[in-house]
Amino acid sequence: MRRFRIAALLPLISILGGCNFVVLKPSGDIASQQGDLILVSTLLMLIIIVPVMALTILFAWRYRHSNTAATYDPDWHHSTRLELVIWSAPLAIIICLGAVTWMATHLLDPYRPLDRIDASRPIVPDAQPIEVNVVALDWKWLFIYPQLGIATVNELAAPIDRPINFRITSSAVMNSFYVPALAGQIYAMPGMETKLHAVINTPGTYRGFSANYSGAGFSGMRFAFHGMARADFDKWVATVRASGGELDRQGYLALERPSENEPVRHYARVDAHLFGAILNMCVEPGKMCMNERMALDAKGGMGLAGINNLLPLTYDKQARRGAVFGATPAFLPSVCSIEEANRNLTASAPPAAAEPVQGAGLPRPARKQPRDAQQGLSTLPVRQPSNS
Amino acid sequence: MSEGSPALHAIFGRLTLESFPIHEPILVVTFAVVALGGLALFAAVTRYGLWGYLWREWFTSVDHKRIGIMYMVLGLVMLIRGVSDAVMMRLQQAMAFNGSEGYLNAHHYDQLFTVHGVIMIFFVAMPLVTGLMNYVVPLQIGARDVSFPFLNNFSFWMTVGGAVLVMMSLFVGEFARTGWLAYPPLSGIGYSPDVGVDYYIWALQVAGVGTTLSGVNLICTIIKMRAPGMTMMRLPVFTWTSLCTNVLIVASFPVLTVVLALLSADRYLGTNFFTNDFGGNPMMYVNLIWIWGHPEVYILILPAFGIFSEVASTFSGKRLFGYTSMVYATVVITVLSYLVWLHHFFTMGSGASVNSFFGITTMIISIPTGAKIFNWLFTMYRGRIRFELPMMWTLAFMLTFVVGGMTGVLLAVPPADFVLHNSLFLVAHFHNVIIGGVLFGLFAGITYWFPKAFGFRLDPTWGKISFWCWVVGFWLAFMPLYILGLMGVTRRMRVFDDPSLQIWFVIAGLGAALIVAGIAAFLVQIYVSIRRREALRDLTGDPWHGRTLEWATSSPPPAYNFAFTPVAHDGDAWWDMKARGYERPLTGYRAIHMPRNTGAGIVLAGISVALGFALIWYIWWLAALSFAALLTVAIGHTFNYHRSFHISADEVVRVEDARTRQLAVQG
Repeated sequence: MRRFRIAALLPLISILGGCNFVVLKPSGDIASQQGDLILVSTLLMLIIIVPVMALTILFAWRYRHSNTAATYDPDWHHSTRLELVIWSAPLAIIICLGAVTWMATHLLDPYRPLDRIDASRPIVPDAQPIEVNVVALDWKWLFIYPQLGIATVNELAAPIDRPINFRITSSAVMNSFYVPALAGQIYAMPGMETKLHAVINTPGTYRGFSANYSGAGFSGMRFAFHGMARADFDKWVATVRASGGELDRQGYLALERPSENEPVRHYARVDAHLFGAILNMCVEPGKMCMNERMALDAKGGMGLAGINNLLPLTYDKQARRGAVFGATPAFLPSVCSIEEANRNLTASAPPAAAEPVQGAGLPRPARKQPRDAQQGLSTLPVRQPSNS
Repeated sequence: MSEGSPALHAIFGRLTLESFPIHEPILVVTFAVVALGGLALFAAVTRYGLWGYLWREWFTSVDHKRIGIMYMVLGLVMLIRGVSDAVMMRLQQAMAFNGSEGYLNAHHYDQLFTVHGVIMIFFVAMPLVTGLMNYVVPLQIGARDVSFPFLNNFSFWMTVGGAVLVMMSLFVGEFARTGWLAYPPLSGIGYSPDVGVDYYIWALQVAGVGTTLSGVNLICTIIKMRAPGMTMMRLPVFTWTSLCTNVLIVASFPVLTVVLALLSADRYLGTNFFTNDFGGNPMMYVNLIWIWGHPEVYILILPAFGIFSEVASTFSGKRLFGYTSMVYATVVITVLSYLVWLHHFFTMGSGASVNSFFGITTMIISIPTGAKIFNWLFTMYRGRIRFELPMMWTLAFMLTFVVGGMTGVLLAVPPADFVLHNSLFLVAHFHNVIIGGVLFGLFAGITYWFPKAFGFRLDPTWGKISFWCWVVGFWLAFMPLYILGLMGVTRRMRVFDDPSLQIWFVIAGLGAALIVAGIAAFLVQIYVSIRRREALRDLTGDPWHGRTLEWATSSPPPAYNFAFTPVAHDGDAWWDMKARGYERPLTGYRAIHMPRNTGAGIVLAGISVALGFALIWYIWWLAALSFAALLTVAIGHTFNYHRSFHISADEVVRVEDARTRQLAVQG
């Protein structure tokens, strides 16, 4: 009988063997550490879970009603020693797990620049990370490579063993940028920037998608992520450049309109200010950028004139829509010239957290202040999510 | 709608003929079935002339026992709707591979997962939990009713009102397509201009009034109406967990009310609390809704913990191990449940320190929870365990829930959450704790207290069939989701591109089918039990050798619960009374002061539904009218001075003598 039972399990094991547990066996160093953390935490908890399950079955069997041989002690209901054990055993596990959590959360903070390529290779001090600006659109992904001046839709590529710095935002609703083989996910939110630092170690093509429901076309919001050897990546960049298209503001506004299951697109050139404009929600010509507005407000605002500085909106992502009792949908017109606005957009965001990691005695990797952060304009605030 | 005539628009708001989904065959068939079923029920009630009886004895009743039963009926009816949605989703996900779009379009599928979540939490789990608390708590503390009997009736009907609005959205218009928490900006007017989100808002607002008031009512009942001698540390554990749950309800539901009111302001008045533009901040909504949402899961699980405590000690024939630590564990969980909400969105980009703080507070909750598990374990130790159905549910819970607890702690580790957040692993986790914890607990509670409510037990054979279908079905339906989560599959997907995943969705679908069989077996169990009620009859009022006061009175209890208010001398008051040779007093009965039934609750709730409907469809004249009516009836009701009556001493004597004869027959 027992042999049959094991035989019955065989097909199950065979399908399990055929599975790609990408979360536990990923191809990027960050995701590997996260996968390992899952295993470590699970093992730690099994120390207590397994005995509890075994005792439950044992006690239920041993003290069954028909077993009159077992002791019956209807008034036994307290034991200080046992109480100590049952409170302190979970406590001990949670202390260990809490310590692991504190360290891992700081080490694997998506905002923290990498300090290693993989378990055996620390980062080379002068390694230039590759920058990728990610925009979640309804319902496709736009990737802008500011250093290379190219952009793609629904296709992402990166050279292996080179740190990738993502800056992530969204055009309309909340999404979550997730490539399981590369690193954990982070939300993409409109008008806000989140960051992710990661590295891919093995060449290959991996799945990427939105992990946060965002409307009708959500299921089709997929992209391929190619981890490539250096030479292959250069070849890929050349292919994109050869495609010849250009993504300017008008092109972006067309791309931004909701569409589902978009094919891959390549753009050989991209407007250098586009990502900043998307982030500050001012791609439409004449709209005031958020950072401009915040800079104005920081200087005391525009007074009463500011209240009236509104123009009716004609189009916003999907349609012009307003609340039934609300005012007509409107937007703030820009008070800067386009050149001035662009200059503001070039100024990059101040670093999310420049101070050393607190508490756990963790060394923070040496990090050069971005040069433009010293310039005057960079003091313009950029909205950062939450209280990082 | 703008094309229609202004007169029609003034009368019907944005409700037009196109609002009725006659082009959706699935909905048309569903409507036909529901309508035929409804008609049959209506005809049957009319045929047997039961309307008067239902109105007088049930709908307008302020008896906590009747209201408790009505809550249970509501929860079970909505369970069938919620499970149907789940089965449809499972079917879609099992089909939509290899280029197939499945059988549901995005418009329908996105409503399905939203409405499944909303119904299961607000209109299945909440009514079932509230129903059990309503029925059992006053009996356990030796009270004759709750503190505010009319409020209780009103709360129930407001919950029904919310459920009616959700059900209405199936056939008139549509429900939200946003996920069950309706995160903006997706749920804002810009991206969800239709009526779906408005149905969501007003259904929850109407039901929320009921839930909050019922929370106030039960807190007051537990604090003020305990029998003499029943100190706080002698309260039955179920009553303790109910108290904590209701504290959580009263402290957290106002947050939900406010956050939905702010969302309504954005949608109706053009404010910018949660919009992308003009300084709005959707993250604020996510924080606020989870400040309600996390305590909500403890609102559901704490009473289940209480049920398991009662069941474990009763069927082990033994005093509960570690009563004091059980109570403190419950209180600690209550407090901690407010300090963990951020773990639902570690991926929002808060700093590492913020994430670690909330991760660690979450883990700390597992300490009192673990202590509770150990307490049940040591309650069984040196007991004499009778494997009746409630105890089987409890054992299934202990073996299932620890797995869900473990994956929960795992998800509380922020870097692990980065890879598992929003995945099917998460879906498996919360079904693991809500089915394996709350639902198993409710089934244990229903089987345990059913003989108290109706005077006969539930048929054990069909109960066991239902039990095994549920337990096996649960594991079959959700273990594949854990595996899929580890394969990086995210939730709320309608179509898939990787054919190797399909087998797991098929297995999960089979599990869902087994769960449906479990529900069917449960309904058969009720039917068979009613048919066999004479064979299953319990005349003692104490079929399980119970330990707490609800077993001291007859089954079903008389309207006044206890002819004489019992006096508690011990934590397990009834066990202690039996041990000391308690003799039921046979003389000296006096008239009993009781609250009088009133129809104000159902009328107010009906008007609230009309108000909600009017606001959803922009029918402003109806909104104004129903709002005025609401105020008028509410104020009018305060002038109703005939709120109580006396059950005469003769009547009490008659009821109690009948019971004396029953007990004598029993021997």
